[in-house]
Amino acid sequence: MIPEIGHFALVLAFGVSICLAVFPLYGYLTNQNGFCATAKPLALLQGLALAVSFGVLMYGFLAHDFSVKYVADNSNLDLPWYFRMSAVWGAHEGSLLLWALILAFWGVAVALFSRGIPDHMSALVLSVMGMISVGFLAFMLFTSNPFVRILPFAPGNGADLNPLLQDPGLIFHPPMLYMGYVGLSVAFAFAMASLISGKLDSTWARWSRPWTTVAWAFLTLGIALGSWWAYYELGWGGWWFWDPVENASLIPWLVATALMHSLAVTEKRGLFRSWTLLLAIAAFSLSLLGTFLVRSGVLTSVHAFANDPERGVFILGFLIVVIGGSLTLYAIRASKVSEPGEFGWISRESFLLFNNLMLTVMAVSVLLGTLYPLLVDAVGGGKVSVGPPFFNAVFVPLTAILVSGMAFGPLAKWRQSDDPKLYRPLIVTLIVSVLVGLVWPSVLDGNYSIGTALGVTLALWLAIATGVDFVKKVGLYGGLGATFARVERGMIGMWLAHFGLAVMIFGVVMVENHTEHRDLRMGVGDTQQLGNYDVRMTDLAVINGPNYVADQATFEIYQGETLYKTVTPQKRRYNASGMVMTEAAIDSGFTRDLYIAMGEPLGEGDWAVRLSVKPFVDWIWAGAFLMGLGGLVSITDKRYRRRIKEEKAEAAVEGATA
Amino acid sequence: MMRKLLGACVLGLSLSVQAAIETYQFDSPEQEARFRQLGYELRCPKCQNQAIGDSDAEISGDLRAEVYRMLKEGATDAEIKDFMVARYGRYVLYNPPLDQQTLVLWFGPAGLLVLGGILVVLRIRQSKKALEEGESQA
Amino acid sequence: MNRLMVWLPLGVFAILVGFFFKGLTLDPTEQPSALIGQPVPAFELTDLNTGQLLSRDMLPKEPFLLNVWASWCITCQVEHPYLTKLSEQMPVVGLNYKDTETAAKNWLQKLGDPYALQIFDPTGRLGLDLGVAGAPETFLVDANGVIQLRIQGEVNDRVFAQKNPADA
Repeated sequence: MIPEIGHFALVLAFGVSICLAVFPLYGYLTNQNGFCATAKPLALLQGLALAVSFGVLMYGFLAHDFSVKYVADNSNLDLPWYFRMSAVWGAHEGSLLLWALILAFWGVAVALFSRGIPDHMSALVLSVMGMISVGFLAFMLFTSNPFVRILPFAPGNGADLNPLLQDPGLIFHPPMLYMGYVGLSVAFAFAMASLISGKLDSTWARWSRPWTTVAWAFLTLGIALGSWWAYYELGWGGWWFWDPVENASLIPWLVATALMHSLAVTEKRGLFRSWTLLLAIAAFSLSLLGTFLVRSGVLTSVHAFANDPERGVFILGFLIVVIGGSLTLYAIRASKVSEPGEFGWISRESFLLFNNLMLTVMAVSVLLGTLYPLLVDAVGGGKVSVGPPFFNAVFVPLTAILVSGMAFGPLAKWRQSDDPKLYRPLIVTLIVSVLVGLVWPSVLDGNYSIGTALGVTLALWLAIATGVDFVKKVGLYGGLGATFARVERGMIGMWLAHFGLAVMIFGVVMVENHTEHRDLRMGVGDTQQLGNYDVRMTDLAVINGPNYVADQATFEIYQGETLYKTVTPQKRRYNASGMVMTEAAIDSGFTRDLYIAMGEPLGEGDWAVRLSVKPFVDWIWAGAFLMGLGGLVSITDKRYRRRIKEEKAEAAVEGATA
Repeated sequence: MMRKLLGACVLGLSLSVQAAIETYQFDSPEQEARFRQLGYELRCPKCQNQAIGDSDAEISGDLRAEVYRMLKEGATDAEIKDFMVARYGRYVLYNPPLDQQTLVLWFGPAGLLVLGGILVVLRIRQSKKALEEGESQA
Repeated sequence: MNRLMVWLPLGVFAILVGFFFKGLTLDPTEQPSALIGQPVPAFELTDLNTGQLLSRDMLPKEPFLLNVWASWCITCQVEHPYLTKLSEQMPVVGLNYKDTETAAKNWLQKLGDPYALQIFDPTGRLGLDLGVAGAPETFLVDANGVIQLRIQGEVNDRVFAQKNPADA
C-alpha cells in the first residue's frame, strides 16, 4: 500500500509539473498576472510531491519492502541501513527519481529566492523548469517506474546492492553531482526566459550568476568525489579513466566554467550576451546529453546505468524537444543581440574571451573523443576505441595553454589594459616558476622527468600569479582585514578557485610521473621496501563482514626501527552476488599516499600484493575542493545577502500590514 | 533477458573492476615500464571499457601474460600491438592509430582551436575598432 | 555572417541526433572478428578424444563450424542441443578452450558429443590466435579454410538467421 502512495505522489508531481510548464507561460503570453502567479505555489507543490515520493521509496529500502521490484533488485536483508538509503539512487530508476527531486528542489529554491526578479520573469523561469520536469517525470512514469511491484509473491530477500556501490562514496557523489547537473537547468531557464521574453539585456546575467556559480561548485565537488571514490575503491589507484560517463560530467563542467566567466563579462560590461546565452543553453544541454549517453547503451562504460535502446529513444526525443527547441529559439532571437563593445586587444574582456575559447575547445575535444567510436560505427567504419592516450594527448596541452593565460586575466583591467606595468610582477613569477620547476624534479628519486618540470612550472605560474593579484589587492585596500571585509566575495572565490586549480595540477603531475608501484609475492613474515618504509606482512586471517567474507592481511609499516602504522587490506567476496572486491589499505599523508592492495592468492599462504607510493595524490582532491569552496564563497557576496535581507524586510512589512 | 545475462557472465565480462596484480619479474625497469604502458594502451576485448592493465577478467590476464611473454622475447611495442590487432582488431587499441578514419579525431581539436582563435581575433578586432572610434569621437 | 552562425549550433545538434538514432540500433559491445577473410591460424594440438595430433590441414574440406566451448561455460550447455542439430547439416569442430581433460570429457559424456574433431586447447593458445575473448564463440569456416563469420555468445535459431542468411 505504501509504495502506492509514492507512486501517486509521483503522478501528482507529474500533473503539477504540466501545470507549472503551461500556466505561467500562458499567463505571460496573454498578459494575465493571475496565471503567472501560479508559478511559485506550483513549484512548491511539486517539490512537496516529489519529496513524498522519494521519501516513500527510501522507506521501502529501510523497511526491506522487497515487493517493490527496485528495492528487490538493489537491496538485501544484510545490507547496512546507511547503504540502503544510498541504494535508493544506486540504479537507473531511483537515480532518475533523485534527478527529478533535485530539479524540483531547485525550483523551490528559485521560487523562494527570487524576490529581486520581476514576477513575470521568475514565472517564465519556473515554467521552463517545469517543462524539464515534465520530461523526466514522463520518462519515469512511462518507462522507468521505481514503484513497480512484484506481487503477489514478493521475494524473501533482495539481490543486494552492487558491492562497488556499498561505500560512502555513493552516499555523497551522486547527490552532489546531480545538484550540479540539475542546477545548470536554472541558468538554462533564465536564458530561455530571456529569449522568450525578448529581454536580452544583461539583467538576466546578473540574476543568473549566483545560481550558475552554486551549480558549478556542486558539480566540481561531485566530480572530485567521484574521482576520489574511484581511487580508493577500485584497487589500483587510478583516479580518472576518461570513461564516457566520467566525460559526461566533465564536458558540462568545462562549459559551465566558461559560462561562469562569460556571465561576469555580460553582467559587468553588457557584452557577449549572445555567446553567454548559448553557453547557458549548452551547459544544461550537455548535462542532458550525458543522461542520454549513460542510459541508452550507445556507449560502453563501466559506469553505465542502463543499456536500454528503447529508453534511449525516449530520452533522445526529450533531448530533441529541449535542446532543439532552445537552440531554435536562440537562432531566431539571438541574432538581434549584437554589440561589439569597446575593448582593446589586451584587456580583461579579451582575456576572458580567450578563456572561453580554450574551455570550449577542451569541452568539444572531450566530447569528440567520447562520441567518436559511435560516429565511426554509425557510418559503417567498424569499431574503434578512443581511450586515455588520446584524451591525455589532447587535454593536457590545451590545459597548459589555458593555465598560461589565467595569470593575466585577473591583473588586466576592463576595456583597455595594455600598460606593461600591470604585468610586470609576472616576469618575476615566470622566473621563479621556471627555476623551481626545473630544479624540483632533480630532488626527486628516479630519472629526471621533463613532464614534471613543465607541470610544476605551470602550477607555480598559476599559484604565484594568483598570489600576486591577491597581494596587489591587499595593498589597494590597505591590509588583510580590510581586504577581506570589503573586496567582492567573487574575488575571494576566484583566488581560492584559481589557487585550487594550481594545487590540483601539481598533484596530478606528481602522481602521474612519480608513482612507484611494485607487485610482489608476500607471505606472513615477509618484509618489503616501500619508498622510505619497510612493510612486513604479519598476519593473514578470514574475516566475516555484515554481508561479505574477506581474506584480510595485516601489514606493519616501519620507518627505520619504529612502527609507523598497521594496516589491514582485504579481499572481499560478497555473499549475495559472489562478487569479489579489493579493499585497499591507504595511508594518506600530506605529501603522499601509501597504497597496499591484495591481488590473488598464490598458494602456500602467499599472496600477490601491490605496494605503491603515490606522491601528492591527495592534492588533486584538495585542489578540487578549494575550487568548489571558491564557488560557494562567491555567492556569499553582499549583493546577494543584501537582496535576501531586503526581501526578508519586505516580507516582514507585508506581513505587518496584511 | 536471462540468456543475455548468462551470456554476459560467461563471456568473462568483468563485473569486478579491481587490481590486476601479478608478480611478473622483469629484466629491467624499462621493460617493466613498457609492460605497464602496454597494459594501459591495450583494451580488454570483453570488458566494459577497461584496459588490460586494469581489468581482472580472465582474457585480460591472458593478454597480459602474452604481452609479458613477447616482451621477454624481445618484441618491440609496435610488434606487440600489431600482434594484438591482428587477432582482436583495432578495437583493442586505446590509442587510435592515425588513419583516414581518425583524421577528424586527431586534427579536430587543433583545427577547432585555430578556427576558434580566428573568430576570437575577428571579434576583438571589431571591439578594438569600436574602441578607437569611441575615443576619436570623445 | 552572424545571421548564419546562430543556426550553426542547431545544425550541429541535428547532425548529432542523426548519429544517435543510428547509434541506438548498434551494439557497441559487439566486435567483428579480426580474422574474417583469413585462414584459420596454424596450430599443433591434440584431439581430446583420440589423442591424435591435429593440425590445420586436418580440418574438414567443406564449410564447417568451429565452436569454442568449455565445461565451465554455462551458455555452452544452453547452446549444445542447437549445435547438435546443426551438426547434422555441417561438421562442427570443437575447440575445447582453457579446460581440463577430465572435466571436458565428462561434459561430453553427459551432454553428448556432436563434434567431428575436438581440438584440446588447455592453454588457450589457439583461442588467442583466433581472437577469442571468452566462451562460447563459434566461427563459420568455408571449404577453403577461410573464416567467414564469428558469433560471440550463444548460437541459436535467431542468431543464426540474423548472421547467416546465405549459408544457413
